[in-house]
Amino acid sequence: MIRLKVNGRERSFSGDPDMPLLWYLRDTAGLTGTKFGCGMALCGACTVHKDGKPVRSCSVSMQAAAGSEITTIEGIAALHPVQKAWIAARVPQCGYCQTGQIMQAIALLQTNKHPTDAEIDQAMSGNICRCGTYQRIRAAIHQAAKEMA
Amino acid sequence: MNRIQNVSRRGFLQGALASGVFVLGVRLGARRAWAAETAAPLIDPNLWLSIAADGTVTITAHRSEMGCGSRTALPLVVAEELDADWSRVKLEQAIGDQRYGDQDTDGSHSVAGSFDDMRLVGGMARAMLISAAAAQWQVPASQCSTQPHVVLHAASGRKLGFGELAAAAAKLPVPAREQIKLKPRSSWRYIGSEKNTLYDVPDIVTGKAVFGMDATLPGMVYASIEHPPVLGQAVKSLDNKSALAVHGVRRTVVLDPLTPPHGFQPLGGVAVIADNTWSAFKGRQRLKVEWTASPHSAYNSAQYRKALQSSSRNPGKVARNVGDVDAEFAKGGKLIEAEYYTPHLAHASMEPPVAVADYRNGKVVAWAPTQNPQAAQATIAAALKMNKEDVTCHVTLLGGAFGRKSMPDHVAEAAVLSKQLGKPVKVVWSREDDIRFDYYHSVAALYMKAAVGADGKPTAWLQRSAFPPIASTFDAAARYGDDEMAMGWNDLPYDIAHHRAENSPADHHVRIGWLRSVSNIYHAFAVQSFVDELAAVAGKDPVAYQLELLGADRIVKLDGSDADPLYPIDTGRMRHVMQLVAEKSGWANRAKVKGRGMGFAVHRSFRTYVATVVEVEVDAQGKVHIPNVWSALDAGTIVSPDNVRNQFQGAAVMGTSLALYGDITATDGVIDQSNFHNYPVARMNQAPRNTQVYIVDSSAPPAGVGEPGLPPFAPALCNAVFAATGRRVRELPLAKTKLV
Repeated sequence: MIRLKVNGRERSFSGDPDMPLLWYLRDTAGLTGTKFGCGMALCGACTVHKDGKPVRSCSVSMQAAAGSEITTIEGIAALHPVQKAWIAARVPQCGYCQTGQIMQAIALLQTNKHPTDAEIDQAMSGNICRCGTYQRIRAAIHQAAKEMA
Repeated sequence: MNRIQNVSRRGFLQGALASGVFVLGVRLGARRAWAAETAAPLIDPNLWLSIAADGTVTITAHRSEMGCGSRTALPLVVAEELDADWSRVKLEQAIGDQRYGDQDTDGSHSVAGSFDDMRLVGGMARAMLISAAAAQWQVPASQCSTQPHVVLHAASGRKLGFGELAAAAAKLPVPAREQIKLKPRSSWRYIGSEKNTLYDVPDIVTGKAVFGMDATLPGMVYASIEHPPVLGQAVKSLDNKSALAVHGVRRTVVLDPLTPPHGFQPLGGVAVIADNTWSAFKGRQRLKVEWTASPHSAYNSAQYRKALQSSSRNPGKVARNVGDVDAEFAKGGKLIEAEYYTPHLAHASMEPPVAVADYRNGKVVAWAPTQNPQAAQATIAAALKMNKEDVTCHVTLLGGAFGRKSMPDHVAEAAVLSKQLGKPVKVVWSREDDIRFDYYHSVAALYMKAAVGADGKPTAWLQRSAFPPIASTFDAAARYGDDEMAMGWNDLPYDIAHHRAENSPADHHVRIGWLRSVSNIYHAFAVQSFVDELAAVAGKDPVAYQLELLGADRIVKLDGSDADPLYPIDTGRMRHVMQLVAEKSGWANRAKVKGRGMGFAVHRSFRTYVATVVEVEVDAQGKVHIPNVWSALDAGTIVSPDNVRNQFQGAAVMGTSLALYGDITATDGVIDQSNFHNYPVARMNQAPRNTQVYIVDSSAPPAGVGEPGLPPFAPALCNAVFAATGRRVRELPLAKTKLV
């Protein structure tokens, strides 16, 4: 039996310990805000926080998630300044990658209150947006940083 | 307008059109043979909107939302003419239903094709509300007017809210379109407003938005399908023992192989059915499948390239002919030839294909991220030999599509499996499935030849393309790209006395489909690279040279079947975007430094004129950086300007992906790429850092915005690389050309 905390709630899991956290969140816990994009930690659509740090949930097994505290987009008290900045900058097109982008951006701003363009590029380059909203994502992160200062 | 909750279902039950309604025959760009069957939309406000007693207006969005903004834009147009308060509008996504007319969200024609209809729908509903108020007040309707969400009688100062009038208005006949007085452009509050935002953004940023990947049905099982690695293969033998041993796997199902032409049919293969997505994926890895032979097993990209280039060097089918190119070439003088080559591309939308379907009592209900729910209905009906009226297709949000989700093979897979299993099924494609079993953008070989006069300008121009056509998806014998000719090939705008565009034949070995801006990608790459080469040979500035070639402002004459009377090719509009982007980018004063350069390209597609300047820095390792992009566009009337800018910023990123990285190849019929490590797309640190978009203020009919930003990007980038390095890029992706 694997125990973990998701968005503050204790949960237990008795299925395949190899199952990636992503599929547990989506198919078992019904938390579909975390998206499947590649299954190889290449695109960042599945980004959640594990003990406060951004991870690709497609590549964290339930075994590895045991005992940890997981925060998904549903666990972010809305509206977070990052979400507000996303709305104000009118970032999304299709929107599929954006929850992963937002989780990555929130994690960035927790460790770096005023990231430079280069630091944002560095932190966000693991998150693909096929619609190509990067310029607005960068602007929104700067805006959120200002808001949170 | 007090309609039954599920208006579309009501339509299914009632069937025939009610009397007294008007059916308009509006369908722009119906050039495509496969769109010809689409019925005209039913212009009746009862179909498109409802008003609740509390004043909530619910507008039906009949186009799919894949990120281009159609789902918001068209209801905004309805709200404009209805004079509704947008903050009191809710959207309802239409199911597939031919009463909405064409619902295929492709070809950048959602707004262009439905703008007038949506204005009429809103205007009719507004007239009905006014009539209801006038009757209640016993005054002539002509004395009544509207303010947002309110009908008023100015003379007496009386007012009634839309919600208060809805019940009475619903009982009134729908007015004739001739009676509808639309708002003058000067009174528009929403159309063209800088404040417009996409309807779904609040749900997107909180993770509440429902994409196809998020659809669930009670009691559903999950399926992952091992498709035949080569097109046309079928299962020869299957060993499923170790797959069945995987925790959560229930069973396997062998799917029927397709019958050519493949169309939108499921590919066949072996489905692993499980309790969750992961178990289905894991079970699939343990299948042992042997496949039958396929003629496409001989498909090898390197060899195919030779055949395609050879085809492009030989005379093809003439798509447009002006003057006598051959006679002009025969005169001798200075002849310039160049060949260009572009590879297959995969769509790689962030959400891979996925669908949920439930077959029950002879009917199917599907939920899918599809660009074309009516095609999904028809495809499911064909696969299960049932009537398409017995198939309901709900449309979720699409996690990107770029044309891939116009092709509903994945939706049919879910329906076929549901019937077989007797329960709802969710089919989930992995990224590997998405990349390896796409409907690919065509590989293309392009041959260009010009005779140039003493002034450096071409006196004769020949262009010839060869590529496996999209028609091969619908006719296995098709080898010519007839429909592709109108996408940037037979519409050269230059004033050249002798000009011929041709298309040479090509065989297909994979499924070919539409990818954002389609053949415009390779056509614009060849034309805009070649003209840049001619400018260099002539020693002229590329923008000035193109303006010279464009000649006097005029309408370009095309043969009858290719001319679009509503959207003629207007070289004045093209000139304007060229001059605008040159001005905004500081083209005339650009720095001429080694390793740094600006490139220019202009292209009209989907009725929109776009000129783009790309600035590059090529570092000592030959790596290309893109600090700036400027794009100027004339898309006629614009509904949501900020969304248009977002589309063009995004096109610059997708353009970067295809120019720098995109390359799908095959070995023995099997696609070599599988995920983002070997089919990379631009990331934040590789994308253009700053893309500025300039929209020409225009009252011309609305044109496309989702696709037209893409075609000029790659040639502008490669022309910039030439300016920076002196190296000419004639093949994509750019990585194939040594820059240092």
